[in-house]
Amino acid sequence: MTSIWPWLSLAGLGAFHGANPAMGWLFAVALGLHGQSARVVWLSLVPIAAGHAASITLVLAAVVVFGTVMDLRSLQLAAAVFILALAGYYGLCGHRHRVIVGMRTGMAGLALWSFLMATSHGAGLMLVPAVLSLCLADQSAVAGMTSSLSVSLAAVAVHTAAMLAVISAIALVIYAWLGLAVLRSTWINFDRLWTLALGATGLILLAS
Amino acid sequence: MATWRPDPSFYPSPRMAAKAPKETLAYVAAFDPDRTKPDAIAVVDVDPASSTYSQIVGQVDMPNVGDELHHFGWNACSSCLCPNAPHPHVERRYLMVPGLRSSRLHIIDTKPDPRKPQIVRVIEPEEVAEKANYSRLHTTHCGPEGIYVNALADRDGKAPGGIFLLDHDSFDVLGQWEMDRGPQKLAYDFWWHLGHDTMITSEWGTPDTFENGLVPEVLLGSNYGRRLHFWDLTRRKHVQEIDFGEEHQLVFELRPAHDPTKAYGFVGCVISLKDLSASIWTWHREGDRWAVKKVVEIPAEPADPDLLPPVLKGFKAVPPLVTDIDLSMDDRFLYVSCWGTGDMIQYDVSDPLAPREAGRVRIGGIVSRASHPKAANGALNGGPQMVEISRDGKRVYFTNSLYGAIDPQFYPEGIDGWMVKLDVGDDGGIAFDENFFVDWPKGHRPHQVRLEGGDCSSDSYCYP
Repeated sequence: MTSIWPWLSLAGLGAFHGANPAMGWLFAVALGLHGQSARVVWLSLVPIAAGHAASITLVLAAVVVFGTVMDLRSLQLAAAVFILALAGYYGLCGHRHRVIVGMRTGMAGLALWSFLMATSHGAGLMLVPAVLSLCLADQSAVAGMTSSLSVSLAAVAVHTAAMLAVISAIALVIYAWLGLAVLRSTWINFDRLWTLALGATGLILLAS
Repeated sequence: MATWRPDPSFYPSPRMAAKAPKETLAYVAAFDPDRTKPDAIAVVDVDPASSTYSQIVGQVDMPNVGDELHHFGWNACSSCLCPNAPHPHVERRYLMVPGLRSSRLHIIDTKPDPRKPQIVRVIEPEEVAEKANYSRLHTTHCGPEGIYVNALADRDGKAPGGIFLLDHDSFDVLGQWEMDRGPQKLAYDFWWHLGHDTMITSEWGTPDTFENGLVPEVLLGSNYGRRLHFWDLTRRKHVQEIDFGEEHQLVFELRPAHDPTKAYGFVGCVISLKDLSASIWTWHREGDRWAVKKVVEIPAEPADPDLLPPVLKGFKAVPPLVTDIDLSMDDRFLYVSCWGTGDMIQYDVSDPLAPREAGRVRIGGIVSRASHPKAANGALNGGPQMVEISRDGKRVYFTNSLYGAIDPQFYPEGIDGWMVKLDVGDDGGIAFDENFFVDWPKGHRPHQVRLEGGDCSSDSYCYP
């Protein structure tokens, strides 16, 4: 079964993560406004995308490693339980956390911030169903670690490319044309959408 | 409860906030100096089109007596839009109302009926002491990591005072904010430059030096606060202390520029031991350090000793006593309350290192007892004190009481509370709104004013 759907879902999730103001484009715009420089906006997007990519790489690597010692169904169930627990936690306790990166941060701080935002909010976990289905489609099943790893890296690349495209587009439109006033009316509650998306991910894994 | 859209009263930048709709209600802290009946948050109608304009239209009483309500603030504000810690889907709805004397923290819901606010939770002093080791709660600000409350003393009423955090959603006390307080001991006000990851704190004294009134020996010995402290806001570390010197006492209200790209702000110093003058200082960056400069000195006014309270007779002068200042949203006008002389002065601070007087009115005052067109009694006591500016900068409100135990030191016959309003000219200049005068009900004295939807000392911004 070779299908384009897992790839589309990886790209779609990249767009979803990118669109969330809490995942970085807003930070890039803010730093550009402080520096009065479009160049700062573009430069800031790079560590933001890199931090995000590092976070999902770590999660997918963990899945691949677990895949070598667990059968597929157990892996799916374990991942589902973990993801649903996280979604439940966010649903009950909200998405708040200690703020360790401030407005004067440099590029390394931005990458760290993006990594922490993506990791603590379970960005990589949302990709697990798509990556598992790709690994299976690859015929080598989850036991084939080398090919799983290369599929996972390809997944990270597709996801990150989609995310970078979306954060670049939004940052450009907001910085150059719309201005931040649009935040007041258009910033829908991504925290809530995010929690729902995580919950859906867990259910997909349970059902598959 | 989380919402789908950001609260409409949140604005990304001060520029946008200045275009907010006009306020129609003001919330005012009112306390009983005799500590026999409960303090209250009063709701004042500030809508000129309303039939109850300039009247108290609602009130919520505290559950105890003797809290001494003083400063208070909102649970959430425009800083929720900050990009490093975005969580704007909360409502600006609850007033966090500390008791300065009781150390009790009241959480008051203004949403079901803004004219009939209700107490929804009371955090007792024991909880604050146990979780944060602080007491004498003073000022609150909504900020990046939750709700910040500062306290003038530790749980035993000694130094150091400091800041603690409350959870945004549950309002639980999370604990002490500081991770490394360095040499800081005294506390008074705090605020920050979000764009520069910097917190600033100022100094008053420990409770034993103010809860029974100012102690002349402490003042003349220059042992009240006279320093500013600068902190790394994200690392929660003390980074720099600036001592104003022995001459200067009581470094109080901090008003950083609203524009987050600007790294300067203003602080008032109540009194100089040299000549009883008051002063305004500007802090600013100098290289990679913070520096201060005295930019305004307001002299004491000679007066007939017969007209002065005992504490001032020997000096034969009225000190200005700058006890509150406030900065307009566009960082252009600074309002300075001279609680002693009765002046409210408006400075154009477009050049923050060279303010220029743009307007002045006088009301009350230790000697002047200046009146108001709408006041029934011709000689008002108390003087301009807690001052608040509307977000558009067109209206300024203030009240006349400082602190229960200090009021009679300067106004020995007691203070009859009032609240007034100024209209601001397009290019500066201030004048009383002759139709706005709240003759405060006897038994309570008014202190801080908060305006519906936010004002010029309630919100901080991450975007220019």
